[in-house]
Amino acid sequence: MTATRRISRFSLNRRAFAGGSAALVATAPWLRASAQDATPAGDAEDQLEIFSWWTTGGEAAGLQQLFDAFSAQWPDVEIVNAAVAGGAGSNAQVALQTRLSGGEPPDSWQSHHGAELWSLYVEPGYTEPITALYESEGWADVFPQGLVDQLTFDGEQYLVPVGVHRGNVMFYNRQVIADNGLEVGDELTVDQYLEISAALGEAGIASLALGSQDTFAAPQLFENILLGHLGPEAYGGLWDGSTAWDDALVTEAIEQFGQMLDNVNDNHPSLTWDGAMDLVIDGTAAFTSMGDWAWGHAVSREAQDTIGWVAHPGTAAGFVAVMDGFTLPVGAPHPVNAENWLKTVGSAEAQAAFAPDKGAIPARTDADTSTFNEYMQWAAAGFSEAAVTVSNAHGAAASPQWRQSIFDATTLFLTDRDVATYQEELVFADEDAAAG
Amino acid sequence: MADIPIPTVETSPKHQRFSSERFIPKLLLAPSLLLIVIFVYGFIGTTMWVSISNWRSASRDLSISDPVLGVYDRLFNTTRFQIDLRNTFVFTILFLLAAVVVGLALALLLDQRVFGRSVFRNVFLFPYALSFIVTGVSWRWLFNPETGINLLVENLGINWLLNALGLPDFSPAWLTTAEVWGDLGAWLPFLDGIKAQLGIPLAMIPVVIAATWQLSGFAMAMYLAGLGTISHDIREAAQVDGASGWRIYRDIIIPLLRPITISILIILGHVSLKIFDLIFAMSGSGPGFATDVPGIFVYEQTFRATRYNLGAAASIVMLLLVSIVIVPYLARQLKEL
Repeated sequence: MTATRRISRFSLNRRAFAGGSAALVATAPWLRASAQDATPAGDAEDQLEIFSWWTTGGEAAGLQQLFDAFSAQWPDVEIVNAAVAGGAGSNAQVALQTRLSGGEPPDSWQSHHGAELWSLYVEPGYTEPITALYESEGWADVFPQGLVDQLTFDGEQYLVPVGVHRGNVMFYNRQVIADNGLEVGDELTVDQYLEISAALGEAGIASLALGSQDTFAAPQLFENILLGHLGPEAYGGLWDGSTAWDDALVTEAIEQFGQMLDNVNDNHPSLTWDGAMDLVIDGTAAFTSMGDWAWGHAVSREAQDTIGWVAHPGTAAGFVAVMDGFTLPVGAPHPVNAENWLKTVGSAEAQAAFAPDKGAIPARTDADTSTFNEYMQWAAAGFSEAAVTVSNAHGAAASPQWRQSIFDATTLFLTDRDVATYQEELVFADEDAAAG
Repeated sequence: MADIPIPTVETSPKHQRFSSERFIPKLLLAPSLLLIVIFVYGFIGTTMWVSISNWRSASRDLSISDPVLGVYDRLFNTTRFQIDLRNTFVFTILFLLAAVVVGLALALLLDQRVFGRSVFRNVFLFPYALSFIVTGVSWRWLFNPETGINLLVENLGINWLLNALGLPDFSPAWLTTAEVWGDLGAWLPFLDGIKAQLGIPLAMIPVVIAATWQLSGFAMAMYLAGLGTISHDIREAAQVDGASGWRIYRDIIIPLLRPITISILIILGHVSLKIFDLIFAMSGSGPGFATDVPGIFVYEQTFRATRYNLGAAASIVMLLLVSIVIVPYLARQLKEL
């Protein structure tokens, strides 16, 4: 049968093709060295190459403010903007790892603080300590201590923080709350929230909007609940081992998580965080627990007057910091420019110029915030008053392995709501991470 | 009977050893053989090594873990991976069934002397040329519960009709449902250790529909080629013997197409066991991992969680699954040569 013969040869070709692609997947970690060809090699010219994932809108505008501040002082240096697009750095971090393991670092790159900084850059030996810069610039006095602790490893600092977002904010629709005869004060306790939620539930309104298509959204909600129920100190202890994950307080926090999920929008698996914020803006849902960036979304939809804000229930004393900063690489092609860049981004003037565009608040508590809008002033005040804590959803609290385990367990909890299994998985994730 | 002279070629082994005829093919094959040994089998070997190593952070650590198969033990005890295996089996079975049935039906219809036959053939084959990413994104919009087919159903008045008949609305949650239909674990007590619910995740059904839409045209093309080789004499002989049209298909044509069916099952089977891009673009992991597959697990564990050993172990499991399908087929092909 000629047809079968022809077909079988065709299938053999497919197989060879499949084998080839399997080999490609298998070799991906080793391909890093060759991928660096994609970036133009800087020759001996006076350049500064900055790597980030700020490519759009306010983020790109904020980065440009930093470039302008640098150029004002060192006008002869040519700035090379090596930005890679992709939400929260998902693509950029892979591209950066490729360059770093190939031995071709940029002059500085963007990183979050905490565990991500440690496990992706400091521990593999890609970053130089900048403790001397901290001393000469007096940074230890102007950044909050809680923040400095999260970028210090073995007594050395490795990152200059630029802008900070607050991750534990409850945004709400003022109209929906007022229409239902309810009230949200300057602070909100968990009990108050659950009362409001029950009242809204009776009125047939989803109390909480969630966008669980973003895998970080539900873990972020849960870490805010943990912070609220355990308080900043015990919450921080979850990540350094001084609070046990099988503690009864964690069990209660998981139960609260379940209660909050009882009155959530039905379509949460098909929404991202901004879709959830849209529900609040449109009045379909009352609350959403999200970071500062949701305020930026409300501004872009011209809903400043509709949207109110308060710290996530019970977390007024804590400030979950989601922070961006810059590093000093080992083997920077232009080390002098790189140090000057870090001095620039650490200065009060550059941070004050950067923050409004990015929608963040300056990492320096002495930067001029008088021109900020009402919401940003509230966030900035919280930053200097509340205890600065880490975020796991954004990579600062736990290693990538640990974070993934918690994300996976949370995804399962969203559907099965099994408190005991969830806590077992969380305890296992902790032990597994501690085992190295 | 006169002798037919059979032309013979004089061959002397001594002479042939030095002839270029023997030497040149080997020389020409050597580079590609070397490349395949390094880039296919070499990397399969490396992946196996990583899968039993301690490499579970951004810094490479190729020391062998203790116990040696500890990573695999961990892998099979992970609820998410158990769910992934369940999803792979459910997806593969439903998708192969649908692709073969739809492909065969289209081929049999197009095998008639219908008007515009070649146009239809191309129309049905065209989706095969699209990237899975394109298919995934388009079908994600179609199956979005708020904006997709549910809207069409509503606007066509189908829900109004159903309500008038006292029936509830037809508005499935499609990709966003976490519901799993059935539970094999409840029937088979020895499956107790498995943490995943062994049933059919309903969110997988839209994915099966999208994959069938894309690849049933390929099955159709294969069947059409097969139908072309079935001699008209056989059909005519059957008709002379008084066989009905249905019997001709059931007892003659479909059995003769068996080799084609096997080829389709193998080609599409290994595509579906390794599926990643379609699902990644269409639904991602899905609610409660309802549409998660080993490919997504490997990607997230390796590049997001930097657990290289766990990702490599899951890749090896995928390789073994595909081997189960491919190896017997290759063995058969080699025997035929």
